[in-house]
Amino acid sequence: MYTPKDDDFDFLTDRDLSVDENFAAQGYWKGVAVHFVRNRLAVAGALIVCLVIVFAVLAPIVSPYSYDEIVSIQTTDGRQVIAKNLEPQLGAPAQVDDASANFADKTFVFGTDELGRDLWTRTWQGARVSLIIAFVAIFIDMVIGTSYGLVSGYFGGRVDNVMQRFIEIESSVPTLVIISILAIFMEKGIGLVIASLLLTEWIGMSKIARAECLKLKEREYVLASRTLGAGSFHIIFKQILPNTIGPIITQVMFSIPVAIFTEAFLSFVGVGIVLPQCSLGSLIEAGFNNITVLPYQILPPITVLALLMLGFNLVGDGFREALAPKLEDM
Amino acid sequence: MTKYVAKRILMSVLTLLLITFVLFVLIRIMPGNPFPVERMTADMILQKRAELGLDKPILEQFVNYMSMLLSGSFGNGTSLYNGAPIKPIMLKCLETSFRIGVLSILFGTAVGLTIGITAALNRGKFLDGLCTVVSILGVCIPSYVFMIFLQYFLSYKIPLFPYFFDPSQFLNSSIMPSLSLSLFSISAVARFTRNEMIEVMNSDYVKLAEAKGLYGFELMRRHVLRNALIPVVTVIAPLVVDLLTGAMVIEKIYGINGVGSLMVNAIAGDGVDYNYVLALGIVFSALYIGVMLVLDILYGIIDPRISLAKEAG
Repeated sequence: MYTPKDDDFDFLTDRDLSVDENFAAQGYWKGVAVHFVRNRLAVAGALIVCLVIVFAVLAPIVSPYSYDEIVSIQTTDGRQVIAKNLEPQLGAPAQVDDASANFADKTFVFGTDELGRDLWTRTWQGARVSLIIAFVAIFIDMVIGTSYGLVSGYFGGRVDNVMQRFIEIESSVPTLVIISILAIFMEKGIGLVIASLLLTEWIGMSKIARAECLKLKEREYVLASRTLGAGSFHIIFKQILPNTIGPIITQVMFSIPVAIFTEAFLSFVGVGIVLPQCSLGSLIEAGFNNITVLPYQILPPITVLALLMLGFNLVGDGFREALAPKLEDM
Repeated sequence: MTKYVAKRILMSVLTLLLITFVLFVLIRIMPGNPFPVERMTADMILQKRAELGLDKPILEQFVNYMSMLLSGSFGNGTSLYNGAPIKPIMLKCLETSFRIGVLSILFGTAVGLTIGITAALNRGKFLDGLCTVVSILGVCIPSYVFMIFLQYFLSYKIPLFPYFFDPSQFLNSSIMPSLSLSLFSISAVARFTRNEMIEVMNSDYVKLAEAKGLYGFELMRRHVLRNALIPVVTVIAPLVVDLLTGAMVIEKIYGINGVGSLMVNAIAGDGVDYNYVLALGIVFSALYIGVMLVLDILYGIIDPRISLAKEAG
């Protein structure tokens, strides 16, 4: 009769099975972190986002050119010219077969645009502007939306009814109409983009906060707090709010790519960022105008935009799964 | 059911009326005035204001505007800048946008369903993985990145399709725009269909049907597809609405004269054309609310539980 040997069996996972990760006592956030890190896609997304942020912060500082500076170069035959529409190049090329070509003595990692500005600097500066817009708008949305939703959910009854009708009406105005009305009252630029994000994105946030609040306000600890004499303000913001953080962060993670996209879309159709400022959207717009002749100009901003959106979406997915792990994932 | 429908219709009409009113008031209380002040005397301005009805109380102006709207014209009906009447231009643009929108929805649902069903039938195999990757990318990466690349490669590098939209050869030149516009719908519908199909295929009643000896196409047609496709309608609804925004980009990229570009021209030019903004705002809101209304009622018909739940709640 055959006796099984040890190496007949393989462990399905490479985890150390003597440590019980699933049912060991661990803090809420530690559990979330463990689940998040185990999700390879989410980690990849986080890496992408971090990388883009690092570049957006550092690249414009380190770069020898400023984003609105028109760079002039020395060509191989010794003339000083403006570095218009140069293809990407690292330093001076080793050999030049065409004397009249605008080969430069400088490095342009992404090339230069039609006015002779360095696209490397402009792309990361644009990413910086896009990120700032997204973060600022979504942060304010989070504050407004969460407070609105919590108050509406907590008080219920007539207050809730009125507040929800308002949301219903606001959400049945198409975004495009909101933007066009804003365009009448405001100057085009960063302000317009942020304002239109403020008016549209807080609704999703408030819906989630309200739903969470409806669940949480029936809990015993809220009752205990009220019995001890706590006021509504204290209960809403000190007791209920900390417990809604999870779903709200997930929503924030999904709102940021929407904000980045909205900015890019507005700037692309010509209602967003105005010159000499640049954002990913306005860079894509500029590149699009030259796409058939100079396709390298559109590649950097469009790649950064795609990476950012992909990254944030993956992180959002990861968060959602980490906050509410299904049994089969454990 | 009738009560629910009636209530929904009433609510929609009221909402639309309210939005129109707010739009109207916002535009009327704008700072500045529509006349070149330096070239007109005070008397002329007063006379012109009376002619346009701007000296009346705002409520009366609104009632006048509404009655004109209901009789089928848009207020004074001309662009502030070139004096061209709004209605014929807008109708023409609406027609173009509508055709492309319908085409792209057809593309989106047909291709999306095919991909989703293929993925579900080959669950866990290579095709499924491919479909998942495609649909994740499609949902995450902004559609206009794809649009630009599609145009660059399929119209410029390999000239299969015309680079710009041309109304005289409608079908040929609208393939690219509507395909690009439908990319997001394709991936959203595909992802949703796949998940629904898998859920239904694992359900008890499908297992029972299988146990009774039903298999293959007949099983799909009778039990799986019927139940899996109902929820798919729910994702198509928001997509229809998203088309409006997507259309703005598409129209810029392919040079289409549609409602999106009409709106952009009205707000992105040197000055804002208030008459256009008002007219387009009303039309967009009406479309949006109309689509939402139709879809809400449609869900009610497809799945009676929805309207019952809403009536109770």
